[in-house]
Amino acid sequence: MTEVHPPVGFASPFDVPTPEGAEGWEEMYPYYLLFDPARREEDDKRFWFYNGMHFPEPMPAFDMITAESCYLSIGRYQGRVFSIPTVLGIEHRVVNGYVYITSNEVTDPALIEKRLETFLPRIGFYYENWDALVERWQAEVDKRIAELGELDIPRLPEIEDEDEAIHQQKLGPNYRLMAAYDRCLQLYNELNQLHFELLLLAYGAYLTLFQFCGQAFPDMGMQTMTQMIGGDDTTMFRPDDELKALARSAIERGVESAFVDGRPHDEIEAELRGTEPGRAWLEDLESRKHPWFYMSTGDGFYHHHRAWADDLRLPFAAITGYIAHLGHGGELERPQQQILAERERIAREYSELLSSDEERAQFEQMVGLCRHVFPHAEGHKFFIEHWGTALFFNKMREIGSVFVDEGFFESADDIFHLNIHEVHEALSDLALAWSGGAAGRGTVYWPPKVARRKEILAKLGEWTPPAALGSVPEVINDPTMQLLWGVTSERLRAWASGGGDDVNGYAASPGVVEGVAHVVRTIDEIGDVKAGEVLVCSVTAPSWGPVFPKIAAAVSDIGGMMSHAAIVAREYGLPAVVGTGNATSVIKTGDRVRVDGNTGIVTILDG
Amino acid sequence: MTDARCTIPFDELGLDQIELVGGKSAHLGDLRRAGFPVPPGFAVTTRAFDQIGLPPDLAPREARRLIQTRPVPAAVEESIAAAYARLGDDLPVAVRSSAVAEDGAEASFAGVQDTYLWIRGAEAAVDAVRRCWASYFNDEAVAYRANHAGTAPGMSVAVQLMVDARVAGVMFTINPVSGDPSCIAIDASYGLGITVVSGDVTPDSFLVSKVTREITRSVIGEKAVECVADSELGRTIVRDVEQDRRERLSLEPDEVLRLAELARAVERHYGRAQDLEWAIDRRNDELFLLQSRAETVWSQKRKPRPAIAGSPLAAIAATYMGHVRSTGPNER
Repeated sequence: MTEVHPPVGFASPFDVPTPEGAEGWEEMYPYYLLFDPARREEDDKRFWFYNGMHFPEPMPAFDMITAESCYLSIGRYQGRVFSIPTVLGIEHRVVNGYVYITSNEVTDPALIEKRLETFLPRIGFYYENWDALVERWQAEVDKRIAELGELDIPRLPEIEDEDEAIHQQKLGPNYRLMAAYDRCLQLYNELNQLHFELLLLAYGAYLTLFQFCGQAFPDMGMQTMTQMIGGDDTTMFRPDDELKALARSAIERGVESAFVDGRPHDEIEAELRGTEPGRAWLEDLESRKHPWFYMSTGDGFYHHHRAWADDLRLPFAAITGYIAHLGHGGELERPQQQILAERERIAREYSELLSSDEERAQFEQMVGLCRHVFPHAEGHKFFIEHWGTALFFNKMREIGSVFVDEGFFESADDIFHLNIHEVHEALSDLALAWSGGAAGRGTVYWPPKVARRKEILAKLGEWTPPAALGSVPEVINDPTMQLLWGVTSERLRAWASGGGDDVNGYAASPGVVEGVAHVVRTIDEIGDVKAGEVLVCSVTAPSWGPVFPKIAAAVSDIGGMMSHAAIVAREYGLPAVVGTGNATSVIKTGDRVRVDGNTGIVTILDG
Repeated sequence: MTDARCTIPFDELGLDQIELVGGKSAHLGDLRRAGFPVPPGFAVTTRAFDQIGLPPDLAPREARRLIQTRPVPAAVEESIAAAYARLGDDLPVAVRSSAVAEDGAEASFAGVQDTYLWIRGAEAAVDAVRRCWASYFNDEAVAYRANHAGTAPGMSVAVQLMVDARVAGVMFTINPVSGDPSCIAIDASYGLGITVVSGDVTPDSFLVSKVTREITRSVIGEKAVECVADSELGRTIVRDVEQDRRERLSLEPDEVLRLAELARAVERHYGRAQDLEWAIDRRNDELFLLQSRAETVWSQKRKPRPAIAGSPLAAIAATYMGHVRSTGPNER
C-alpha cells in the first residue's frame, strides 16, 4: 500500500482570484509574461516566488521593462556565459500585477559535470582580473549613461526648421522620435546587460564565505558576516554624504533655521532665496546635485520612484534631520577607520578560532575576496538602478509629453500605462498622424484605457500577493535565491504550512525593541513614518536610508542576508528582522510590537 | 621530593599536583593563583586517603564498609580541622570528590562521586570527607574506572567555601549543542548550581559571541525550583520558585557578559575549551568560579569542520556544485 500524502505546496498560480475591480489586468502585460492554461500541468509543478524584494508594488504596464530587462541578462550570465553547473536562468510571470519568479535548475549529473568544465576557467578569469574588468565595466556603463543623458527627444513642430530639414537634411522628427524611443530602450537594456556581468560572481563569493562560516561557526549571525565584508566606502554612500555636507553648509552659512521638520521643501527654498547666505546655500545645492541626486527615492524599478533631483522631499527631509542631529552635538561622519578596524578584529578573531592553518588560509582568502568584490556589488546600484534608470524614465516622460501635445495623453506619465510594445504602436500611430496631418486614433483609443489601468493598479495595490505559488521544491539550488531573498527550504515549508500569525524571519540586526508599528507599502508613504516607530515594510531600498535614523526597528517581508534593510539597520544599530514573508499582512499600523533582532521573532503585543 | 601533607590549601596547588589532589582541586588552585575569582579552600590529598590503610584488592562493598566504620586517622582529622579553621569561623563549605582520574581532559566523570553542600564545623567536614572517600567505591564510580582503562587510581577531596548563590549554573566556551567554537554557552538558574548540574530544572540559557561580545540568544527556562541554604536548619533545602521569577531571566545582560568574559579568560589561560561551574553571591553580586575542566565532548568528537576546497575558486565552485545546503548561518 502506498501512503497518500496531501500535496505540499502553495496555491496554483492558475487559481489566484482576480481582486474585485481589477478585471482585465492581464491586457496590461505582454502575452509571454502571463500564465497560459495550456501549460498548467507543467507550471503547477514549479515553484513560483513573489519577488517583492525588487517589485513590491503592482507593475504599471511600462515598468515591466525593468523586470524583463534584468531577466534578459541574469539567465544569460548564469546559464550561458558562466555556465553555472546547477542553474540556468530565472523566468518571470505576472499574477495580478505582481512579479513571480522561478529558477530553472540543472539536475542531470552528467550535464552538471560538463557545465563545470566551462564554469571553472571562466569564473577563474573573472576573479583573477577583477579590477581590470570592473574598470572595463565602468567605462561601458559610463558611455551608455552619457549617451542616454544626451539623447535628443524631438518634438513634432507645426512647420519644421529650415536649416535642420533642408540644409542639414535631418530625417523627420516623427521618425527620429520613434528611433529615439528605440535607442532609449536599447540603452536601458544594454545597461542591464552589463548589470549582471560581475554582480553574480560577487554574490557567489559572498555565498561561499557564508556557507563556510555556517559550517565552522553555526551560531555566527549573518549580521556579523556582513560586518566582516562591508565597511569600505562605496559609491552608494556618496549621495548621502552630499546631504550631510549640505547640512553642515547650512549651519556654516547660518541658514539652518529654515529647515524645520515637516516643512515643505519649496517653502524652505523660497525662504532661502530671500537672503544672500540662503542663495549661496542653494548654489551649493545645485553644485552637489550632479550626479548624486540621480539617487532614486526607491530602488530604481518603478517610474514613480523619482530621483532626488526630481523629488526633493526626501533629500530635504534628510538634510533637516542631519541639521537637527548636528544641533544636538551629534556626529555625521561614518566612523570609517573604526568600522574597518572592527571588521579586521572580527575576521581575525574568527580566524583564530578555526582549528587548522588550512581552514584559516581558506577563510582569510574568502574574506579577502568578498571584500574585494564588495565595492562593486554595492556601488553598481548607483549607476544602473539609480542614475541610468532615472535618465531612462525621464526620457520616457519627454516622449510622454509629445503624446500630450498630440492629444493622446493627459499627462506625460500616462505613457507608463502602456507596455513597451504598446508604446511602439502608439508611436507609429502618432508619427503617421503627424505626417498625415490629422489626429491619431490614439487620441480616442488610449485615454479610456489609461484611466482604466490606473483604476486596476489601485485595486491591485490593495491586494496582498502570496509569498509563493505552485509546488514546494525539494531543495533550493539557486544560491542567488537564498542570498538575496532569504529563500531556504525550511523557510518555504514554514510558509507553506501556514504559520498562522507568527511573524518570524531572519535575525538581521541584534537588539530588542517595543514600539508602534507603521506599515509602509510604497515609497510615498515613507514620509508618514514618525520618530520612534517600528518600520514594517515589504522590502526596503537603499534610498530609504534617511528614514533609518528616526525609526526604532525594522521588519520586512522579504530580505536575505545581504538585503539592504539588514545592512543599514546594522549600521544604525537598530534591531531588524527580515524575510518574514508575512509582516505587512499580519501587522497593522498602530499595533504595538516587540521586535527581537536576536531571535528573529516579531510579537504583536496588542492590536 | 614527595609531598606527604594530608591537606594543602588551594593557593599552594598547581596542575603538577593532579596525582596528589585530583583534577578539581589542582585546577581550582591553579585558577586562584592565576588571579581568577575562586572561593578559597583546600584539598584533602591522596596521601590522607592512603592513610586509611585499605587492604589491596578489596571488594568495593567491603571497602565502603571499612571506610564508613573505621575512625579517620588522627593525623588526617587534625589536618582537616586545622585547614578548615584557617578558612574562617565555622563557615559553610562544599565537600566534593576530586578523584585523580576525574576532570582529566579525556575522562570526565562528573557527578559519579559525591558532593556535600553547606557543611559547617570541623567534625561535619571530616565526616563529609569520609563519605566522599566511600563514594570512590560506589557502583557507578567503580564501573566508570573499569570502563576507562588507564585512569590513575587515587582519591582526593576538595573542601571549598560555599558561595550563597543567588544565581548559579554552568558555562561552556563552545556551544555544546552546535559545536560552534565562537560561542560561550551559559545555563543559569536560581540558587545553588546543583539544580542545573543535576538536571532538576530547565535553566535559562544564553549564547554570547566571543568575537562581537553580544548576547546572541536568551531563552527563559522553567526554573521551577531552587536549592538554597536554610540557616535555621543548617542545610540546603529545595523550594518552589515564585511564578514571576520563573518567567523572567535570572541574569541581567551585564552579568551574562561578565560571565562570558570570565569564561573566555579561563579558556585562554588553558588554551582549550572549558566547561565551568559558576555562582553569583547573593550578598554582593560577586562572580565566582567553582570548577573548571576541559570540555570533553566536542573537543574529542565532531567539532564542526568546514569543507576545505583549497583555493577560493574551488570553494566557490563547490558552493554551486554542492547545492545550497539546507540551512544558512543564523537559521534559528
